Amino acid sequence: MSPQDQAAPAALETIETDCVVIGAGPCGLFAVFELGLLDIKAHVVDILDRPGGQCAELYPEKPIYDVPALPIVTGQELTDRLMEQIKPFGPQFHYSERVDGLSRLEDGRFRLLTDAGTEFITKVVVIAAGGGSFMPKRPPLDGIENYEGTSVFYAVRKMEVMRGHDVVIVGGGDSALDWTLNLQPIANSLTLIHRRDDFRAAPHSVEKMRALVAEGKVRLMIGQVTKINGDGANLQSIAVKTAAGEETVPCTAMLPFFGLTMKLGPVAEWGLNLHENLIPVDTEKFETSAPGIFAIGDINWYPGKLKLILSGFHEAALMAQAAQRIVYPGKKVLFQYTTSSSSLQKKLGVK
Amino acid sequence: MDLGTGACLVLTELKLRSGERLMAKITFIQPDGQAQTVEAEAGLTVMEAAKLNNVPGIEAECGGACACATCHVYVDELWREQTGKPSEMEEDMLDFAFDVRDESRLSCQIRVTADIDGLVVRVPAKQF
Ligand SMILES: Cc1cc2nc3c(=O)[nH]c(=O)nc-3n(C[C@H](O)[C@H](O)[C@H](O)COP(=O)(O)OP(=O)(O)OC[C@H]3O[C@@H](n4cnc5c(N)ncnc54)[C@H](O)[C@@H]3O)c2cc1C
Ligand code: FES
Repeated sequence: MSPQDQAAPAALETIETDCVVIGAGPCGLFAVFELGLLDIKAHVVDILDRPGGQCAELYPEKPIYDVPALPIVTGQELTDRLMEQIKPFGPQFHYSERVDGLSRLEDGRFRLLTDAGTEFITKVVVIAAGGGSFMPKRPPLDGIENYEGTSVFYAVRKMEVMRGHDVVIVGGGDSALDWTLNLQPIANSLTLIHRRDDFRAAPHSVEKMRALVAEGKVRLMIGQVTKINGDGANLQSIAVKTAAGEETVPCTAMLPFFGLTMKLGPVAEWGLNLHENLIPVDTEKFETSAPGIFAIGDINWYPGKLKLILSGFHEAALMAQAAQRIVYPGKKVLFQYTTSSSSLQKKLGVK
Repeated sequence: MDLGTGACLVLTELKLRSGERLMAKITFIQPDGQAQTVEAEAGLTVMEAAKLNNVPGIEAECGGACACATCHVYVDELWREQTGKPSEMEEDMLDFAFDVRDESRLSCQIRVTADIDGLVVRVPAKQF
C-alpha cells in the first residue's frame, strides 16, 4: 500500500537530525550556510528535482540585478553559486519530495513527513517554502478535477498505466515531447495537441515526433482542447478546436503540460498563524507562532517585508542565531567574522 | 503568489511624479463586456497600466518577467499592427496560456507609447 492510502501514513525511513529546511530556493540554500557556520547540519527537502526554487524553475536565464556585490547574475548562476558556497557544510538534499505533515512531539522536537514516506525527527524547522509548492498548472476545462488521477495526469509515475489507452498529450515543451515518444509504443492511439506548429522542446525529440507523425503512428493536431467528455471519472473524448473547426477526439488518458505554478499547499495545514497565505514572524529571530519553527524568504510576513532574495539572506542569518540556542542550549553564542575567525574558516574548509 | 507589492509602490510613485509626461489611453474589456479605460504613462507596460488601475483578470504573477503567462490579453483587431508581434520568448511563454488566439499577447510585453494611444485589449475569461 502506498503511504497516501493510509489515514495515518507510516514512514518508510526515519531520519533524526538537528534541522530540516523546507524548500531549496535561494533562501533555504543560504540558510544552510548560516546554520553551518553555527555547527548545525541541515536536511533540505524540495518538491522540485533540483535546487534553486523560483530562480531555477521560473527564470533560470533571466538576469537579477539586485543581489549585493553581484551586479548581474542569472537565476541559475545564483543557484549554482549558492550550491558551491554551502558545499563545505554537506547538506543532505531530498529532492522530489513534498513535506506534507509537520507536528510537535512530546519531547519538544518536531516530526515531519514527506509524500515519499521520509520521516524527520528534528529540533528545529526552517520553512523556506517561498511562494509555496510548485504544482502543475491545471487547464481551466470544466470538470477536469474529477478526472485527475483517473484519466488526467500531470506526471507519469508508471508507464504501464498508459498501456492500451487513447492518450492525448497537450503541450509543446520537453515533457510533452518526451512522453509522446515514450508512450506511443504502448498506447492504443496517441494524439499530440499544441497551439502552434512550433515546439520549444529539444530539436532531436521534435524530429523524432515528426517522423512518427509521418509514419502515421502519432497524430499531431495544431489547436486547443476546449472541452472534455466522460462519465465523471473516466474520460471518453475531448473536443479540439483547430483552424479547420471543432473535432471530437477519442481520449481515455490526457496529459496536459502547461508548466508549473506555485500554490501554498500543505504549509496551510500545519497549524501556524497565517496572514494572507504568508507566515507572520518576528523580525528578531524570524520565528513563527510556534517556537522552534522559523520561516524565512518569500513565505514569511512582517511589517515592511519585501519579497527579495537579499531580504531572505538577512533573515537566514538572524534565524540561525536563534536556532543555535535551541540546538545547543547553554552554548555561548560568539559573534565571529568569516574573514578573521579561524574556527569558521576551518568549517568552511579554507584553513 | 504575488511578488509585485514593492514594484507596484515604485510604479505608483512614478505615476504621481509624471505630471506632464505623455499618457496613453488603454481600454480593457472584460469577458462580460464591461470596459474600463485607464491612462498609462509612456514607458510602462500594458500589464503595469492594468495593475496600477486594478483592472481585474490581469494576474501578472511574475511581475512582468515574461515568466508566468498570467497577463494574457487579446489585442483588438484594429490595434494588432501597432502592438506588433510577440518575440520568440513571448511565443514560448504563450504556450503556457489558455485559449491562445492569433491576437494573443502577454500584456507585460507591450510597451505603452504614443502609437498605442487608444489601444483596446480584451481580458480572457481565465488566466489559468
Ligand atoms: C520572474 C521573477 C523575477 C524575479 N526577480 C527578482 C530580482 O530581480 N531580485 C530579487 O531579489 N528577487 C526576484 N524575484 C523573487 C525571488 O525569486 C524570490 O524572492 C526568491 O526566489 C524567494 O526565495 P525562497 O527561497 O524564499 O523561495 P522560492 O524560491 O519560492 O523556493 C521555495 C521552494 O520551496 C519548495 N517548497 C514549498 N513548499 C514545500 C513543501 N511543502 N515541501 C517541499 N518543498 C516545498 C518549492 O518547491 C520551492 O522550490 C523574482 C521572482 C520571479 C518569479
Ligand atoms: S506578468 Fe508574467 S508573463 Fe507577463
